[in-house]
Amino acid sequence: MSATTTRTPIAPEKPATHKPGGTLYRGREGMWSWVLHRITGVAIFFFLLVHILDTALVRVSPEAYNAVIGTYQTPIMGLGEVALVGAIVFHAFNGLRVILVDFWSWATRNQKVLFYIVIALWVVTMLGFVPRHLMNVFSH
Amino acid sequence: MTVIESPRTPARPAPKRGVNLEKWGWIYMRASGVVLVVLVFGHLFVNLMVGEGVKAIDFGFVGGKWADPFWQWWDVLMLWLALIHGANGMRTIVSDYTNPGTVQRILKGALLLSTIVLLVLGTLVVFTFDPCPAGSPAELLPSFCPAA
Ligand code: HEM
Ligand code: HEM
Repeated sequence: MSATTTRTPIAPEKPATHKPGGTLYRGREGMWSWVLHRITGVAIFFFLLVHILDTALVRVSPEAYNAVIGTYQTPIMGLGEVALVGAIVFHAFNGLRVILVDFWSWATRNQKVLFYIVIALWVVTMLGFVPRHLMNVFSH
Repeated sequence: MTVIESPRTPARPAPKRGVNLEKWGWIYMRASGVVLVVLVFGHLFVNLMVGEGVKAIDFGFVGGKWADPFWQWWDVLMLWLALIHGANGMRTIVSDYTNPGTVQRILKGALLLSTIVLLVLGTLVVFTFDPCPAGSPAELLPSFCPAA
């Protein structure tokens, strides 16, 4: 890359000898919650793009809409919906955790505990959702 | 011990005058997130958990829901909050993984364009929806249609 397009210095040849400031994530709860938040956010975003288009088929014809929404009711898609709901439930609870950590100093100090609470709430929510959803998908 | 180098991009100070758009974006992510928990969980509960769940969804189901302005506004609000939240989050991710330049401009332009198109489309779909289109088979229509 030419020097004119980068305004940032190039990484030094030798690894830095000083320790980084305390602001970088290093593979613990804070990093994993961020990685999962990012992946789930992207996944939901792309689902939403498709979902607005499939819903728009109600303006084409009842037949067109039913044909596409019918694919949501197949076993494979039923499992996909479990993954989608799992992603959005994690993103939602962890998003609330991020907000608490930003605004409330107790939560900032206890962000690890809050991460395990997010996991626990996710498990409880999925236990409520998955059996019921699979019963709907696999019965007729 | 692994040594992690300091980030290469130096911090850019916020502009001293005028509106700080990045700050308002940051606030928007949090404000919309709180509301979206209610809207999306409500959407998923009504469409996946109540009655037969996903098996009950068809044209008639949507006609029944959108006959009520409550669900029309619910969906439109969810559409705007979720799509802008998601697109702004994607903008953050693009900024994280690309350098300023053509590629970054194309990616951000594509995000902006697709967001505007889908906001217009989704809003029009809700408010111009016709639950009883003429000439459609009666058994596919909501029960309140004259033809059904
Ligand atoms: C598998 C899970 C889902 C199913 C089966 C589903 C089903 C539906 C159905 C049947 C509609 C038509 C109107 C209505 O029922 O309110 C709809 C609309 C909508 N859904 Fe979902 N949905 C799902 C997940 C989601 C998620 C996760 C989001 C948010 C990110 C979402 C956002 C929307 C929006 C914004 C609309 C309105 C679209 C428009 O304005 O044209 N849905 N969905
Ligand atoms: C259900 C309620 C939701 C809550 C509480 C929520 C919360 C949040 C918060 C607080 C952030 C900012 C994180 C940060 O600054 O570090 C964020 C980022 C993000 N959200 Fe959401 N969100 C929700 C729904 C959604 C939906 C429906 C989408 C997709 C359409 C989405 C996609 C994203 C993306 C792509 C990011 C950027 C992630 C990153 O920078 O790593 N979120 N969310």
